[in-house]
Amino acid sequence: MKLRVKFRKFGSVRFIGHLDVMRFFQKAIRRAGIDIAYTGGYSPHQIMTFAAPLGVGLESNGEYMDIEVHSLPSCQEVADRLNQVSVPGIQVVSVKILPEKAGNAMASVAAAAYTIRVREETTLLPDMAAILPDFLVRKEIRITKETKKGTREVDIRPGILALDFSDGDFHLLVDASSAGNIKPEQVMTALLSQAQGKVDAEVPCVESFPGNALRITREDVYTRAMSDNVTESTGGMTSALESHSTENAEFCKKLQEHGLISLGDVGYTE
Amino acid sequence: MDRKLALRDEILMSVEKPARYIGGEFNSVMKDPDSVAVRFAFCFPDVYEIGMSHLGIQILYDMLNSMEDVWCERVYSPWVDLDGILRREQIPLFALESQDPVKGFDFLGITLQYEMCYTNILQVLDLSQIPLLASRRGEDCPIVIGGGPCAYNPEPLADFFDLFYIGEGETQYRELLDLYKACRAEGTGRREFLRQAARLPGIYAPGFYEVSYKEDGTIAAFRPMEEGLPATVRKEVVMDVTDACYPRKPIVPFMKVTQDRVVLEIQRGCIRGCRFCQAGQIYRPVRERSLEMLKSCALEMLHNTGHEEISLSSLSSSDYSHLPGLVNFLIEECSRNHTNISLPSLRIDAFSLDVMGKVQDVKKSSLTFAPEAGSQRLRNVINKGLTEEDILKGAAQAFAGGWTRVKLYFMLGLPTETEDDIRGIAELSNQIAATFFETVPKEKRTNGKVQIVASTSFFVPKPFTPFQWASQCTRKEFLEKAYFTRKTIAEQLNQKSIKYNWHEADASVMEGVLARGDRRLGQVILKVYEKGGFYDAWGEYYQNERWLEAIEECGLSVDFYTHRERSLDEILPWDFIDCGVTKEYLIREWEKAKREEISENCKASCQNCGAASFGGGVCLEPKIGKTRGCVNPPLETGEGVSL
Repeated sequence: MKLRVKFRKFGSVRFIGHLDVMRFFQKAIRRAGIDIAYTGGYSPHQIMTFAAPLGVGLESNGEYMDIEVHSLPSCQEVADRLNQVSVPGIQVVSVKILPEKAGNAMASVAAAAYTIRVREETTLLPDMAAILPDFLVRKEIRITKETKKGTREVDIRPGILALDFSDGDFHLLVDASSAGNIKPEQVMTALLSQAQGKVDAEVPCVESFPGNALRITREDVYTRAMSDNVTESTGGMTSALESHSTENAEFCKKLQEHGLISLGDVGYTE
Repeated sequence: MDRKLALRDEILMSVEKPARYIGGEFNSVMKDPDSVAVRFAFCFPDVYEIGMSHLGIQILYDMLNSMEDVWCERVYSPWVDLDGILRREQIPLFALESQDPVKGFDFLGITLQYEMCYTNILQVLDLSQIPLLASRRGEDCPIVIGGGPCAYNPEPLADFFDLFYIGEGETQYRELLDLYKACRAEGTGRREFLRQAARLPGIYAPGFYEVSYKEDGTIAAFRPMEEGLPATVRKEVVMDVTDACYPRKPIVPFMKVTQDRVVLEIQRGCIRGCRFCQAGQIYRPVRERSLEMLKSCALEMLHNTGHEEISLSSLSSSDYSHLPGLVNFLIEECSRNHTNISLPSLRIDAFSLDVMGKVQDVKKSSLTFAPEAGSQRLRNVINKGLTEEDILKGAAQAFAGGWTRVKLYFMLGLPTETEDDIRGIAELSNQIAATFFETVPKEKRTNGKVQIVASTSFFVPKPFTPFQWASQCTRKEFLEKAYFTRKTIAEQLNQKSIKYNWHEADASVMEGVLARGDRRLGQVILKVYEKGGFYDAWGEYYQNERWLEAIEECGLSVDFYTHRERSLDEILPWDFIDCGVTKEYLIREWEKAKREEISENCKASCQNCGAASFGGGVCLEPKIGKTRGCVNPPLETGEGVSL
């Protein structure tokens, strides 16, 4: 039986890298006495998959891990037991049983939503919110991406599904699929670059955003709604939209437009 | 509730592995600072991954935090990247749990595990904004106390510590902390507290002792400067290791650390009496934990940590009386829930090979032998009770069982060593390879070949060993020996199957200076630190020039501390410590070594070393009589074969 565990990562634990979060859960699952399945072979390991890795320094309200178990007391009990052996900063929000045909957490990631706050103490930043309309009207936003093989230019505009500014925060919905994954820092750097009047002339460098200026929280991770993951019990799209913390009408429209539902809305609890 | 971090996001994002500095690990202990009387910072002066792997701190962390009035936290050396930032920004070093500056604590305890971390102690003090010299510390500074194996010769560090704790930490901390609280309540000053602490068993307060030197640089006298202070400090031991505190809920780091597993210390001390080994002398007498205690500990610790592996820890696990019972229990328990078992320091015999075949992948793992010396003659000198026959028989059994990789550990520069002894290293390696080709028929050689890795380290004489008077080789001699080893290995018939590694010589020489050094080396350590030296235990940061310059600037000489053979009547810097074994016994062993005579282990017969005065452990057990250097531990199942 496959379970999808949704968890939050916040506070000082945001400085723990993705691999260490995996190690944390491998041990926490054993502490919690969850009847997890192991692979075969001489060095068996737990059957466990994570959705899109979260960068060091980011907080999240919507992280996902799929695990395979042999038996299940109840979804709520799995969540409770994990929380009892967790640390401050890692909190299991929900556990759901996945439909047999549902794709695994990693493979099915299509998009991610972020809340980005530009820190007040960062006075060197011009008013980025003001130029947002000009930014979004662009057909192309090219950035240089650093890869293992060197640098490469990419157009991130098609991957920016929604970006707005309200209540002092930027709300961003971007492509997070393995083919077109966009990091929120890349979008914000491009925006800053335009605000500083460097559009077109200079291709912004992704790493150039002032170190401490952004406080980024991943709100949720989305997958494409398909007949085999939208089950009757989830209510499909509606619950996906309701669960989004910003409850932002524009966002809901965009999610619908792109056929996206939260990874946490795939599956059922009974 | 979220903990406030000592470092800004910007700093944490700019350093390698920020997880080293945030604390908050599972099982780490949080307390309300207002509810405790004593704040204790425990430091391992090396990087987090190394320090977190140390069992001693876990034991004392657990013990101190079990006291309601004490909050014990951890401190490690910041890595070089953060070190620079803390200096530049004047951010005081902090403890991981509360993230509060160490300088505000009552105690800073520092464990002394190896000599080359001495400069890191100065780094930790400096970053904590605590005066490096104990004599400069004011009433507000924490009491800086050192312990661990290197505290058995604390003199090179005497200037930097207020107190040293000699021996095992389980026994005297409660008394020390109670004295501290009483002194504070009475408004007694720092110096008076230290004076009174110096009267507690196992506690040495270096500031109350003075050393005078003869013209030749050796010690003329070492004595307390005041009436009523002890002339010798006797080490502390916990005699009942079964009822002693042991952490059932060890901290589980987020990061992968060196020891990423449950560590079960099955016994303390070693019966073997290898003459080069300091641990084998200072942890006497051997005390075993009961089988029942270890079984319940193992299960609780696995459950409380979620670790996927458990490792047995001791100086010589094969000598633990109930080893088969414990190992069979663990194999059964662990096979049920995908837990690995790691069994270091096992003697290679039928029992251990059988067990290792069950708990690890034979094809992937290698077997380790530590003959330490290449010839039987020299093995007799060092009292290493492992014969060529043992090794070849063990190797043959291992090859028959499917192992194809063997690691061999040797030392170069042991007392009385000749070229023949060194050639023995090459010949023994060659014979092991030959044993493989004789034992395993061609069609069964899965990889077609055998891989033997021979490694040599350079011998550094240590205090409280029979070799404490011995001459240590010079750098040049060390390297000549390594080149000779390489040459003789290259001459062997099976040389293609043998890989040879040797350690770097410079740091071994400097380790020797510090290991048997005196108080005057304090200024050398300080100068090296002032020249920018720390992380000297890390090859990439060790700079020999800095040390040589500092020694010269202090008017001292390397050879005086290393190459010179000490006479038996010389006052050694650590003579004021009573570690249980007597000087008479060490002299007897030194003489026997020169006569190439072996001594039996503690289970076979008593060597009258002096540790019996602690009144417990192996010293009270009936002796099983004459054996051939190695003894078969009383096995419960009768599976074991003695080598």
